[in-house]
Amino acid sequence: MNSEIMSKYAEIAFGFLKAFTVGGLICMIAQVVINYTDLTAGKILVIFMVSGIVLQGLGLYQYLVEFAGAGATVPISGFGYLLANGAIQGAQKGLFGAITGSFSAASAGISAAIVFSFVMALIFRSRSKKN
Amino acid sequence: MTGRDNENLNKKYLEYVDSLSPPTSHFKNCLRAFGVGGLICCVGEFFRVVLRDVFLLTGDELAGTVSITLIFLGTLLTGFGVYDRIGRHAGAGSIVPITGFANSVASPAIEFKTEGMVYGLAAKMFIVCGPSLVFGVVSGTVVGLVYWLIAL
Repeated sequence: MNSEIMSKYAEIAFGFLKAFTVGGLICMIAQVVINYTDLTAGKILVIFMVSGIVLQGLGLYQYLVEFAGAGATVPISGFGYLLANGAIQGAQKGLFGAITGSFSAASAGISAAIVFSFVMALIFRSRSKKN
Repeated sequence: MTGRDNENLNKKYLEYVDSLSPPTSHFKNCLRAFGVGGLICCVGEFFRVVLRDVFLLTGDELAGTVSITLIFLGTLLTGFGVYDRIGRHAGAGSIVPITGFANSVASPAIEFKTEGMVYGLAAKMFIVCGPSLVFGVVSGTVVGLVYWLIAL
């Protein structure tokens, strides 16, 4: 019993280590790209989201998600994985599912981003002048 | 002073500034991006473990709730001006995680609020993240169509 609990804790701790390493590595790849190309945030978001979609389209990104958990789903490429996965699952139901799948999988994230940003914009004022 | 002299002076001044400014360390940048990105993913992992083991969520609901929580934190920290301060040091470490996506939505919304609710806040909200949504949905739909054609 005791060793069972210990092994569960060890598993969770190992999960954090994997999430830190894989998530950090993905961000480091992005930093290397920025260092050598001077791309802006918008383009980095596009590149990583599309690469997540392409990797999951080839059926590869899910292995990274199984291995690293949040380390693979938290970076924006994980959002791309979610889009592609929704489209693939929708495609099994038919043409309509193939078209609606990607947006419905991402709807939680997109709705949250829009609603929370709207609320925050109502509450806060721009402080870019102050620093 | 003639125009050419002025140009030379500017050039010399820029060289002088370059010689005095500290060299941008690519290695240090990468290390910071690794650390901050990894830490944000660990926060995500923390919420994943708590939501899975305490609130007993699974599958899509689990992944979606973790995303929503992180997006909420990202927009809140953007509102307080903390996220931009992190981003100044962390570079890609703060852009690539989903909190960076939330920051890219909230930051222009807050900044352009002064230009009005409709053409300021609402329209400028997508100025940074809009392209990634466009390319994301287009390529996601292409993947869906390809899988549908293969299954036919």
